[in-house]
Amino acid sequence: MGVILKTESTKLMNLTEHIQERLRHKRILLMTHAVVGFPSLQANWDMLEIMQKAGVDLVELQLPFTEPSADGELFVKANQAALKSGIRIDDYFAFMQKATAAFDFPIFMMSYYNPVFVMGHQTVCQRLKESGSWGYILPDLPVEEYGDLFEYSKAAGLHPILLCAPTNTPQRLRKIAQQGSGFLYCVARKGVTGAKTDINENVDDFITRCRDCSELSIALGFGLSKGEDIQDLHGKVEIAIVGSALLRSWLEKGPEGYQNHLTELVENCFP
Amino acid sequence: MQKELFEFERPGYYGPYGGAFVPEILKTTIDELTSAFEKAHADPTFWQQYIEVMQTYSCRPTPISYLENLSNQLGGARIYCKREDLNHTGAHKANNVMGQGLLVKRMGKSRVIAETGAGQHGVATATMAARMGLECTIYMGAVDVERQRPNVFWMEQLGAEVIAVTDGTATLKDAINEAMRDWAASMETTHYVMGTVCGPHPFPQMVSYFQSLIGKESYQQMQKMTGCLPNHIYACVGGGSNATGMFLAFLDEGNVELIGVEAGGKGIETGQHACRMKGGKLGVAQGYKTYFLQDQEGQMLETHSVAAGLDYIGVGPILSYLYDQKRIRFESATDEEVVEAAKMLIRQEGIIPALESSHAFAAAIREAPQMKKEKIILINLSGRGDKDIFNIAEAIGDEKWELFLKQKVQNL
Repeated sequence: MGVILKTESTKLMNLTEHIQERLRHKRILLMTHAVVGFPSLQANWDMLEIMQKAGVDLVELQLPFTEPSADGELFVKANQAALKSGIRIDDYFAFMQKATAAFDFPIFMMSYYNPVFVMGHQTVCQRLKESGSWGYILPDLPVEEYGDLFEYSKAAGLHPILLCAPTNTPQRLRKIAQQGSGFLYCVARKGVTGAKTDINENVDDFITRCRDCSELSIALGFGLSKGEDIQDLHGKVEIAIVGSALLRSWLEKGPEGYQNHLTELVENCFP
Repeated sequence: MQKELFEFERPGYYGPYGGAFVPEILKTTIDELTSAFEKAHADPTFWQQYIEVMQTYSCRPTPISYLENLSNQLGGARIYCKREDLNHTGAHKANNVMGQGLLVKRMGKSRVIAETGAGQHGVATATMAARMGLECTIYMGAVDVERQRPNVFWMEQLGAEVIAVTDGTATLKDAINEAMRDWAASMETTHYVMGTVCGPHPFPQMVSYFQSLIGKESYQQMQKMTGCLPNHIYACVGGGSNATGMFLAFLDEGNVELIGVEAGGKGIETGQHACRMKGGKLGVAQGYKTYFLQDQEGQMLETHSVAAGLDYIGVGPILSYLYDQKRIRFESATDEEVVEAAKMLIRQEGIIPALESSHAFAAAIREAPQMKKEKIILINLSGRGDKDIFNIAEAIGDEKWELFLKQKVQNL
């Protein structure tokens, strides 16, 4: 594995390098997700250790929000339980800092816009930089509303990961692709996180339209759960994103079941 | 001012408030809706068609009543009220849903979804769906399902599926989140009938447009009845649709004071209220930017009101803007004041108001005695109170009602 340089000046360049480097050995990379504070910070840490061991390539850490409008039932409950357990923004950044220091994979913040808006664009970028994060994903923030968030991100060496959807017009896709950084987060289907997605011609067609608009690597998410789903994406996108399904494994089968699930997913990333 | 409000510098923005903060998956649908609304808006036959529907299906124009007994008892200004309670289904909500129903027909969709707080908007939407032959799903917070069972009963009888939302605080905001999630998966066939002047653009503008009928009628009716315009107009504010609908026509009349009344709940100092203007701060949630009741880190707070329809974290962006512009004064009324106001209206005038609307009365009753007798107050009576029979009976502590309920349960 290539050496990941964590200084902000090189990070912007190095996400692409990181993705390319990892793709020398794999057909596709895996990005996983954890809601910070659910089921507990200790459980999150155990999840990250399993991810590292299994060979996950990129990780999203969700800063919980009371109104997670793009999330399905499981993540909604996870967000609310995390907040109820008393997770605050300082806890989140402390966890992020600890995680980025201990693990090799790039870690991104995933959240909703309000906590970012209330904290202030400059402060958020500063805190993400200080805690070693590589960027952030805000599914309810349309590209035209970023404003100076783009500039502060650039200055802090952070990637704003933008989302695009199969319902986007080609003009809209181009607009998003122009502003996005690192990779494009493609939402595989309509709806929210957690429900099943079939990788069919519609998805293929969507990926093609994204390719036409962008040079960026493509990450596909929403509804992926099994090794077969990953197999189906070989040669189509650079990154597969699995979130809800893994959390479900943790809750239903415990750390061992989680590890088995992750191992199966990672095995299916190889040729 | 009324005209300039909708000549956007940035689409859907009223000063710094509004916008359309939706997940990318909904962007195209929101754009299509905006375009369908703009076309309808520009077509004079559409408004004509809307007026006809409201005249033949929903008792419009609703009358204005002079409340002589109440005025005499308070000994100050003369008090009038706009009778939105006489609308079909008993509230101003009928205006918005019939308007959006006509738009749904234009767009050729076959299903509607809606959120509801008190249940008035849910019942109105279910009624519209039944009449227009549309499938209908209503999202309602589980807490609200508990306190508004009669409305749930009617929605189901009207053929709607009612889904109790247990996430979060299980109230209006959570019902909105859940309706948005449904829409993100179903938008090809489904229109989201937002019940108030909140949410992403074009909803605040569109709902205001349909509800503006209230103020347009009132403007003419007051001139005819009193020979002049009212000096003060009161309306309760949850999301703000009845207030916006009433106020728009009077925006350019500088001598008409506009007063929005929020839910004071158990008192602002207790933290159990829904006063966004005094207790909230600027934020982005539920698809739009406005004053939200939230903590220092941007997490939304729990709200409280005896009136489910006012129990909400955000407020229409148009109202936030007009508050900043000092065009609207905001007041609040506590649960206790509201129940007293409702009792007063029932006894003095034989009108049973919704607890939501009673907030507007509570503030007017508080202020009217200090006003001169030649002054005129207009209150928007946004809905009737029959639906609140369980809550009002409990608040009043009526023993016979309690006995009746016990007997009913025993007989089951």
